[in-house]
Amino acid sequence: MITINNLHASIDGKEILKGLNLEVKAGEVHAIMGPNGAGKSTLASVLAGREEYEITDGSVDFDGKDLLELSTEDRAREGLFLAFQYPVEIPGVSNVNFLRTALNEIREYKGEESISAKDFMAMVREKSAIVELDAKLASRSVNEGFSGGEKKRNEIFQMAMLEPKLAILDETDSGLDIDALRIVANGVNTLKSKDNATIVITHYQRLLDYIVPDFVHVLYNGRIVKSGTKELALELEEKGYDWIKAEVDAH
Amino acid sequence: MNELIQDSKVTSFVEFLPKTKLPFNNELLLKASEVLKSIDFPTTRTEAWKYTRLGRIAAIPTREQIARAGKNLSREFINANFQISNNGLTFVFENGIFRSDLSSGEFPKGATIKPLTGCTKEELATVGQSIPLENELFNSMNTVYAIDGMSIIIEDKTIIEEPIQFIHLLTGRNTVANLRNFIHIGKFAKAEIMQSFFALDAENSFANSITEINVSENAHLIVNKLQCEAEGNFHVSTEQVDQAKDATFTINTLTLDGTFVRNNLNISVNGVNATTNLNGAYILNKQQHVDNHTCVDHIAPHCNSNELYKGVIDDKATAVFNGKVFVRKDAQKINAFQSNANVLLSDFSTINSKPELEIYADDVKCSHGSTTGQLDEEAVFYLRARGISDRSARNLMVEAFIGQVLEKIENEALLKFTQEKLNKRFNWDSIVE
Repeated sequence: MITINNLHASIDGKEILKGLNLEVKAGEVHAIMGPNGAGKSTLASVLAGREEYEITDGSVDFDGKDLLELSTEDRAREGLFLAFQYPVEIPGVSNVNFLRTALNEIREYKGEESISAKDFMAMVREKSAIVELDAKLASRSVNEGFSGGEKKRNEIFQMAMLEPKLAILDETDSGLDIDALRIVANGVNTLKSKDNATIVITHYQRLLDYIVPDFVHVLYNGRIVKSGTKELALELEEKGYDWIKAEVDAH
Repeated sequence: MNELIQDSKVTSFVEFLPKTKLPFNNELLLKASEVLKSIDFPTTRTEAWKYTRLGRIAAIPTREQIARAGKNLSREFINANFQISNNGLTFVFENGIFRSDLSSGEFPKGATIKPLTGCTKEELATVGQSIPLENELFNSMNTVYAIDGMSIIIEDKTIIEEPIQFIHLLTGRNTVANLRNFIHIGKFAKAEIMQSFFALDAENSFANSITEINVSENAHLIVNKLQCEAEGNFHVSTEQVDQAKDATFTINTLTLDGTFVRNNLNISVNGVNATTNLNGAYILNKQQHVDNHTCVDHIAPHCNSNELYKGVIDDKATAVFNGKVFVRKDAQKINAFQSNANVLLSDFSTINSKPELEIYADDVKCSHGSTTGQLDEEAVFYLRARGISDRSARNLMVEAFIGQVLEKIENEALLKFTQEKLNKRFNWDSIVE
């Protein structure tokens, strides 16, 4: 699905990613954990195509395409989805209008017919139920006046609508209470299939009780320094990151 | 000094304009003529014209005016291109001259709608009473050189369901059209008036319009003003509104095209418990210049006014917003809200926004806000990250921004017309439904 090879990225002349390697296959769930400032959100931003970051080295292959050559919108059209850590409020732009525009632009890119209003509304009803998002929120302005939990649920709702190949959840769990966390995790699990993949970026092991990863990676100082299974997350929860830092810094 | 006056730009500007044939009050005409003899085009040293230069209007070679009125037009053409609501109450003027061949011949019971040229001296007795002439070039010019315009009288307790549409066409090269309108809405009456301005094969032409509006006790009036004069033409208009007690007056000013537009909107709220709504949208590109000067004068207590003006300014265009709100000493318990918001889409676009509140009463709720910014790039990125192209993302956001003014417009046909105009001019997709 995605192969990241020796990725180096910097912002304002400061190198954040320093040779990151990661491979995610279809049907897999990968969790990326790590201390503050390790480069977790930078990785999400770079993959989504934020232009503030300069890619100085490395490559990213996304289902046979050179991801780094694609514009942000084309990455989305190819099936990459980023659930934002801080979803943006867009006053006056309604959630459904925006999603319909997005869906139709994606379809146009793929040479498909645009979706009818009727089918679209049926899809909105079906998908908003997955994250228990009030239908009223779907027609309101994007994220405007939404609570923290509603914003995160709206991200997963959008993910459900756009049916991406690869979803990157950037700290989707932070700030959520346990009920919201369950709903969000349940949404992600429902959308999981053998044809798509998920990268979960998180601070907390807690989310991984609900979204069970196939692999857990530790990102530290711009690189993945340790990989394991879900047991690694538990170990990190218990022992913190200092032992990993010590291990890496000793080299 | 005399010498200088002889040579003033105003004198040569008006020299070839036909004097008004309307039976206005003699004193009014005399006074306006005197003003014209002693005045020149205001410069940016005049506070009211600080950001708006009149050089290009002053430079119109008025002696070369070609067209007056008589362009070969059909009703079908008018209906297809300029008529907004599909009904029978449409009145068309070309360069200020009434085109009876293109207009409705009848009007509903309780309403008298006719050109000023069809009015008697008695009927026009009150015209000009509340229009200041001293130091006012365009008001004075309009008075002395008014060609024609509409007189709309709605009798007490009359409700006119269909909007009354008044279409003004500017045609020809170097044309100067002074247009004068008079609207009276009787007590407990209700009406909607659509004033739209277009240019048709016009070039370097200038429309100077004054509309005097009287909203009587407990009357309801909506005025929709649509400005679509094409590139290369100039427009100055003044609405002078007098509002009586319990009256509701709403004016929506949509400026969608035109090289130069100046709007003077003066509302005098004379009676208690009146409601006044002023909404404005201006969408500019290229080298357009649009200047909205508004003034709400609260003379009586217990009134509400709401003002919302929003603009989107691209390329090298310039917008001016000057919103004055007076609350007089005895006008207690006033709620007056004003907001002006602007989005600059280019590094070369300009907005001069100036809210002016003068409050002399002590028990009032007044607020004003003026914001100017660019599109939120984080939001643009968010939309793009969902698969929307950069251009669509920006259009969506611009439309949403202006949409907050457009949603105040109740007339569906006007909304649709506006949307189509904007889609055509700015390549917006029809996203707002």
